[in-house]
Amino acid sequence: MDLDYSADERAFRNEVRDWLRDHLPAAMRDKVVRYAHLDRDDLLGWHRILAAKGWIAPAWPQEWGGTGWNVVQRYIFEEECGYAGAPPLVPFGLAMCAPVLLKFGTDAQKQRFLPRIYRGDDFWCQGYSEPASGSDLASLRTSALRRGDRYIVNGQKLWTTMAHMADWIFCLVRTDTTVERKQDGISFLLIDLRTPGVTVRPLMLMDGHHEVNEVFFDDVEVPADNRVHDEGDGWTVAKYLLGCERMNTARIGTSKRELARLKSFAAEQRRNGRLLTEDPRFRDRLSRLEIELMALSITNLRFLDRLRAGHAPGAEISMLKIKGTEIQQALAELMLEAAGPLAQAIAAVDAGTMADSFVAALAPRYCNMRKTTIYAGSNEIQRNILAKHALGL
Amino acid sequence: MNFDASEEQRLFAASIARFVERDYTFEMRRRIVASPDGFSLDVWRTMAGMGMLGLPLPAAHGGFGGGARDAMSLMEAIGTALIVEPWLATVALAAQLIARGGSGEQRQRLLPAVAEGTLKLAFAYAEAGARYTLAHVAARARRDGDGYVISGLKQAVPHAAAADALVVSVRTSGGDGDADGISLLLVPHDAPGMTLRPLRMLDGTRAADIALDAVRVGADALVGAPDHALPLIEEVVDFATALVCAEAVGAIRSANDATLDYLKTRKQFGVPIGSFQALQHRMVDLVIECEQATSMASLACSAVDTERDPLARSRTVSAAKLRIADACRRVSQESVQLHGGIGMSDELKVSHTFRRLTAIAQQFGDADHHLERFAALSDSREGDAWQ
Repeated sequence: MDLDYSADERAFRNEVRDWLRDHLPAAMRDKVVRYAHLDRDDLLGWHRILAAKGWIAPAWPQEWGGTGWNVVQRYIFEEECGYAGAPPLVPFGLAMCAPVLLKFGTDAQKQRFLPRIYRGDDFWCQGYSEPASGSDLASLRTSALRRGDRYIVNGQKLWTTMAHMADWIFCLVRTDTTVERKQDGISFLLIDLRTPGVTVRPLMLMDGHHEVNEVFFDDVEVPADNRVHDEGDGWTVAKYLLGCERMNTARIGTSKRELARLKSFAAEQRRNGRLLTEDPRFRDRLSRLEIELMALSITNLRFLDRLRAGHAPGAEISMLKIKGTEIQQALAELMLEAAGPLAQAIAAVDAGTMADSFVAALAPRYCNMRKTTIYAGSNEIQRNILAKHALGL
Repeated sequence: MNFDASEEQRLFAASIARFVERDYTFEMRRRIVASPDGFSLDVWRTMAGMGMLGLPLPAAHGGFGGGARDAMSLMEAIGTALIVEPWLATVALAAQLIARGGSGEQRQRLLPAVAEGTLKLAFAYAEAGARYTLAHVAARARRDGDGYVISGLKQAVPHAAAADALVVSVRTSGGDGDADGISLLLVPHDAPGMTLRPLRMLDGTRAADIALDAVRVGADALVGAPDHALPLIEEVVDFATALVCAEAVGAIRSANDATLDYLKTRKQFGVPIGSFQALQHRMVDLVIECEQATSMASLACSAVDTERDPLARSRTVSAAKLRIADACRRVSQESVQLHGGIGMSDELKVSHTFRRLTAIAQQFGDADHHLERFAALSDSREGDAWQ
């Protein structure tokens, strides 16, 4: 057993680190570490820098632009990007739609969509949740009725992240309402958001930001060629995609960076005349959080080591999601508390800039991070998955 | 990075598993715990014959030259089977003090006998009021001609009554809490002036309170540098702490296995209680505790094997022990709760695992002790080794 990276792995890490130091624009990094709002240009800007380098889609097959890295190298890359403060890569195209197309898509679909996803020409979003279908996703009701070589889509999607920035949406729709099992009769459709009948409406969240949307479909015509995999077997695609989604939720590199920031930030704050980092109550919470992250980073490496040895990712991946998101929330909470009462001031009424925009971002950030234990299969759903598939309960 | 056990480690783990199955069933353990000495010489000899006693001792002195990582599977088996023989006291504590700090003559005389199973040792350091602070040593030794005369009290020394000789921490200069002025002396079990009061511990093991009244030892009893033994003590206690973390993983996994099995077989309201989501989610959280504990045990065992900076080593060991102490408490309490009344019964192994996990949570320092040490050591360093 050797917990340290091998010489090759260290060399790879240094290569990534050096490249990031030279190519991650300072303005972009600054926005990320200040928790400033990232717009479409920020997100696509970083996407295109990585695409030009050939590092935007490491996990794809090499013929489509993948890097041929193994799981450990991919993890090192993600960890370094997170640690360096690179903008997050929007997963909907790269890590969700693309793996689905690679596994279930026709050659024509791959040719049509994959290069555009790679280059960042299309910005994708995910149409899964509906007003009455959250964790019980298979109960979804958005309908797609076949008419000749088209589907006519009607219904509503909810919590659609970044739909207001997106060009395309992949959707789970019901193509057959006569089935007995709700998992049957579902299909996976790719829909151009510019199609007549699509309406995207913002849903403002408690952090004051526009991140998620409602998407309405009113007699939207979608070519049947845009269906991925067999009609009525979309649930197979959905399950595959949920597995892809869970893989990338531990965010250990990002959490390490935020922990380091939290430590340096707390070392600038005083309580009762002494530094917050010397306050036993605060320090105990900080230490416990750091140790939980230490443990998770090793747990993550242990799972990666198993994947590298050829074992299929099992339900255990769910525990990375559970622990990773708990840590992300705890970091946001401690950061908020480290800032003290001033953290409650979130913006100037006259729309001018705040004296300390980092502190002003902490309370909204705390609010925003509540999403992490809800999205990508709530942590309760993850526990259900573990209980059923890993423990046989 | 690689988490695989070596071929050698795998074979060793397999032979330990066979040994436990054959020689250390729950019923056998029950008889051993109830026996007058509280441990089995037969088992001890078997452990010697299988190489368990020599595992982390130098190859030059009858051992196999292994480290903490090589001993992880043994420790997990000790945790699973709740083995009460004095392995940790003899091999991971006292013999390590001699292997790492003793003279060539001491190593040659003592270590091969430890490996062969003919010499059992214990390390007497704990004192009333010291809690977990290793530097708190009030028992005194004064020079007397060539040798030393020791007077003082040691408290609840694990496996002291079984030991043929004790390594005793004594103050040879300075005040009770000073880091300097501590020395180690080897005291034979029949030394005149030393009296033992054997104790029964919660986890079924034995210990003893020790009174030393003008106990005279020769100059050759000194282990390591006079007045400067604390770094050696800290190194060896870190080593043993990392191993206890690995033992905890075995006990935690065994408790979880028992609980999961119970959830699947126990029926109430006409269904297995494991069909209730309230219990399923708690079971999942226990499994996550086990994974996080496993990771920290690996990290601690790696640190004591490879980390050369004592502060970084101690920081990692404290991180691990804190996390393991939390996991011990949570898993043991939940294992009893999810079993219901039967979980408290002496008849069931899970109640014995509960007791061992309760002890491990405090062994070599509880969560608060290690939280404080981790934070104190964090202040003095830049960056983080685990990154």
